[in-house]
Amino acid sequence: MSRPSPGRFRLQAPPNLDAEHGLDLLRTMVRIRRFEERCVELYSAAKIRGFLHLYIGEEAIATGVMAAIDLDDAAVSTYREHGHAIAKGIGTDVIMAEMLGKVDGVSRGRGGSMHLFDAATRFYGGNAIVAGGIPLAVGLALADKLQGHDRVTVCFFGEGAVDEGAFHESINLASLWNLPVLFACENNHYSMGMALTRAEAQTDLALKAASYAVPAWRVDGMDVLAVEEATRKAVTAIRGGEGPVFIEYETYRFRAHSMYDPDLYRDPDEVAAWKQRDPIPALASLLTELGHLDEDGLATIEAEADAEIDVAVTFAESSPLEPLDDLERFVVSEVTP
Amino acid sequence: MTATDATTRPTPETVRMTLREAHKQSLRAALDHDERVFLMGEDIGAYGGCFAVTMGLLDEYGPERIRDTPLSEIAIVGTAIGAAMNGMRPIAEIMTCNFSLLAMDQIINNAATLLHMSGGQFNVPVVIRTTAGAGRQLAAQHSHSFEPYFAHVPGIRVVSLATHADARGVLAPALEDPDPVILFEYPRLMTMEAEVPVDPDIVDLSSAAIRRPGSDVTVVTYGATQHTVLDAAEALAADGIDAEVIDLRSLRPLDDATVFASVARTHRAVVVEEAWRTVGLGAEVAARIAEEAFYDLDAPVARIGCAEVPLPYAKHLEDAAIPQVESIVAEVRRVMHRG
Amino acid sequence: MPSLGSGMDVGRILEWYVQPGDEVERGQIVALVETDKANIDVEIFTDGVIAELLVEAGVKVPVGTPLARLADLGTEVATPAAKEGQPAVEPAAEVPAPTSLVTSPIVRRLAERTGVDLHAVHGTGRGGVITRHDVEEAAAAQRPTPPAPAAPAGDGHRASPYARRLAAERGLDLSEVAGSGPGGAVLAEDVEAAATTGVRPSPAAGPPPARTAPGEVAAPPAAAATTAPADTGPATDRGQAMRQAIARAMERSNREIPHYHLGETIDIESTLGWLAEVNADRPPAERLLSAVLFIKATALALRRSSDLNGYWVDGAFHPGDGIHVGVAINLRRGGLLAPAIRNADERSLDELMAALKDLVERTRAGGLRGSELTDPTITVSNLGDSGVDTIQGVITPPQVAFVGVGRITPRPWAVDGMLAVRRTVYLGLSADHRASDGHRGARVLTAIADHLRRPETL
Repeated sequence: MSRPSPGRFRLQAPPNLDAEHGLDLLRTMVRIRRFEERCVELYSAAKIRGFLHLYIGEEAIATGVMAAIDLDDAAVSTYREHGHAIAKGIGTDVIMAEMLGKVDGVSRGRGGSMHLFDAATRFYGGNAIVAGGIPLAVGLALADKLQGHDRVTVCFFGEGAVDEGAFHESINLASLWNLPVLFACENNHYSMGMALTRAEAQTDLALKAASYAVPAWRVDGMDVLAVEEATRKAVTAIRGGEGPVFIEYETYRFRAHSMYDPDLYRDPDEVAAWKQRDPIPALASLLTELGHLDEDGLATIEAEADAEIDVAVTFAESSPLEPLDDLERFVVSEVTP
Repeated sequence: MTATDATTRPTPETVRMTLREAHKQSLRAALDHDERVFLMGEDIGAYGGCFAVTMGLLDEYGPERIRDTPLSEIAIVGTAIGAAMNGMRPIAEIMTCNFSLLAMDQIINNAATLLHMSGGQFNVPVVIRTTAGAGRQLAAQHSHSFEPYFAHVPGIRVVSLATHADARGVLAPALEDPDPVILFEYPRLMTMEAEVPVDPDIVDLSSAAIRRPGSDVTVVTYGATQHTVLDAAEALAADGIDAEVIDLRSLRPLDDATVFASVARTHRAVVVEEAWRTVGLGAEVAARIAEEAFYDLDAPVARIGCAEVPLPYAKHLEDAAIPQVESIVAEVRRVMHRG
Repeated sequence: MPSLGSGMDVGRILEWYVQPGDEVERGQIVALVETDKANIDVEIFTDGVIAELLVEAGVKVPVGTPLARLADLGTEVATPAAKEGQPAVEPAAEVPAPTSLVTSPIVRRLAERTGVDLHAVHGTGRGGVITRHDVEEAAAAQRPTPPAPAAPAGDGHRASPYARRLAAERGLDLSEVAGSGPGGAVLAEDVEAAATTGVRPSPAAGPPPARTAPGEVAAPPAAAATTAPADTGPATDRGQAMRQAIARAMERSNREIPHYHLGETIDIESTLGWLAEVNADRPPAERLLSAVLFIKATALALRRSSDLNGYWVDGAFHPGDGIHVGVAINLRRGGLLAPAIRNADERSLDELMAALKDLVERTRAGGLRGSELTDPTITVSNLGDSGVDTIQGVITPPQVAFVGVGRITPRPWAVDGMLAVRRTVYLGLSADHRASDGHRGARVLTAIADHLRRPETL
């Protein structure tokens, strides 16, 4: 059982919080939330099929991390990736088209919810093999280092990936070779239905990273400002040539593992307690207290997000399907890069 | 193994070398030709390579380009994939194909699929070298032939290098290829010597090679076994049977046109491989002949493969498990109806 | 019924948490549904009032079935106005399929290949979409229904595929060849030996190993080239594609069909006189061309000799389902197509003329239907315009006969014991010896000539 600390969830304002920046963080989180809520409806209507892993509750991590990295930095993601993709800067229209399996989708309908890719924003994909993207991220960072690029690769994975050998082989190699990787562990406490406490003998994940001589710390993943600050600190060190950093972002998913599951493995009280720590109202409250936001302002942000998603759905629904003649494309490259 | 490559003859512009040296030369050429190329793998540097192929390269090129890794097959292949996607041309080495199973997830779920899953956005120009084959009494975890496992998967090229010409002529086009290429090398051939041209020729990655022309029966094979098959072909010639020997070389994609053209001339086909027969490349080749060259056949297609057993240690058992000159000759004679 | 997980097709309402008249808000759980995997809560996505429950608890329905109707907040549920409300759960929309699906490229290509007219096919797919299966069914329906394949020659004798092929090529009867292979199987070398020592040639109907799948009617060259006229590629490519298609069919014809050729030159002076009379009162646009006389005469002659009208498929002759005369039409950019005039024997000369004009026009403009190119049961080619006197044609597989017409030219001709100058024409018949013998062919050729000499019978 993973209970958040009791008491009212209240964010601390950093001394120099820029109002517009705070509102941007809020906008991104609301856009992710609204995007996924619409996905639930489209899934119920059988317009989205396959697996649909929702990020609802975890938006502060993608939002805070992406705010702390540069446009040219790379991200490697998991199958719970809509938030990462949106926060990285991929359009909700092409993501939605992908959800619907359309040719205008960011992966031309070949990937679906679990496999969003975008070369333009250096988004190296949702990887649906737990820990499968971690060695890949290490390789991206190795190439940057060998080519003298001043770039960082952020590698998202859940706490379940720490069970896998790929994590241990990869973080060791990244440390050994001093590579510019941020290991961004989103600990939502359950790998599918398996509680961290039932899966790992040592539940302090930072200790595992530390055993590979990688600096590691834990941060409240429901506090977007704390996420951003911790990430910024890590990225500065990584870019400075100090090697990889591991951050455990402690969080919680408000919904089931995939689109729907009976959620038999979680105590409803636990779910309810974590929902009190919803990162969106938490930031909205802080911005209101600071006088940067009022009810109208919040309503405007929500309405803008709704309108954006409306446009995305219209775009996706009107996008054509890939012609069947093209079924066997993209198995081998069509042009030499 | 002291057999020489039957297809080469000494001329003034040739040089004599082992297959090991041929492999090393092509690696050296790749490192010289393209500064994006680097090697990574277990004991390729200070140790000099499990089969001594990379001996000396660490001194020549330094640790940035000849990268010794921990015993981490997933990380070796996965990191090479990531580096390949980000501008480099890594050559990852997996000591033997038995160990490649540890990296199977990265090879199949990432290398082979990323281009497709990303709708054509991310290609993976990685080269993976590994080794296969029995004959050295290394038992059931170091002797197997897993070429068919990889040849099953769309999205990767699989090439087997069992001659000097291929060892020297395949790596360069493999590195030029925008997609993943897995190269199989054969430890038991490493000391094989041949006279080779000073300047190697580039090999067409997708093509099979006719190692011995013949008119009576087509014997299709690949990898180290082709040398056993060539010996068998000479034995058959003494018996009046003129066998054509085809080295598939490219195991994916398969150059079946070369096979069909040969069968159209000989009307009989035998497939010989060192991997297990069941669900193997021989099965694939036989099926394609049945599909596309049925009316050319004057006899059923025959297959010889590894006995259906994990390879045993004892020499007589190991020998009995894999194709030998005698078993190949016997099977060809049967197909020729010369029982 | 919402889709509640990957692969869910149906669900059962276990319990309703709301009743008509209840107000509901977005996100509220309104029902419990049993799926294959688990019992799942159903949430609602719109604020409103439950107007009506459409599916009772305990009932299993497919995904997409409306479960309840929802009215706007404040609506009086009991009034008929509530009927305007939207369903609580939007059904999986049975939207009309986009046109791109109706004629998906694969299905379209299949239709072209098998000569199926897509406009005539009933789609059984989602939203009436024509599926691959529909086209295959339609293609099967319009094929001449083949009887059970003839037993292979050498039945009871085993033979290698290559030996069968060789035997067919050399015209040998496999049952007469001694096999030296396993179990007495005939091998290629046995056939070679038999060919040199002389074994009775197979009867005309000896089955060759047709290189087509069982039941498949191989497309004639024209069909293989149907995409050419509509092709928007460069003319040279289209021309090459058509050349290739013709080459394949002619190679196959030459390889597989044992041709025999018959010819006769006939006097058609009086027939042409008759034609001139018919045309005398007509405006130029309505005049008949001599070409239709040959088409009609051929069609009528085949009525009594069905073994020259049809297809050779899988080692057996299948009569045509009518007399559909393929008319060879050369294209200005090179190549030719031979679309069918269906049931030519039942049409008047005027109807044939109209059909011929229409075909020529559409052939050259690229407006042929695939079926028109696979329909012919015989082909008529008129090379008279090219100044050719005689013609020995090559049959278009799987057809079994070909009628060639030469130049109409005045020749010295014996009439009633006197030498006269008469207009004559050469008629050539090429036929497949597997399907018919020379005397049958001669009867057909004679019948064509008879009809031409007596134009009133046309």
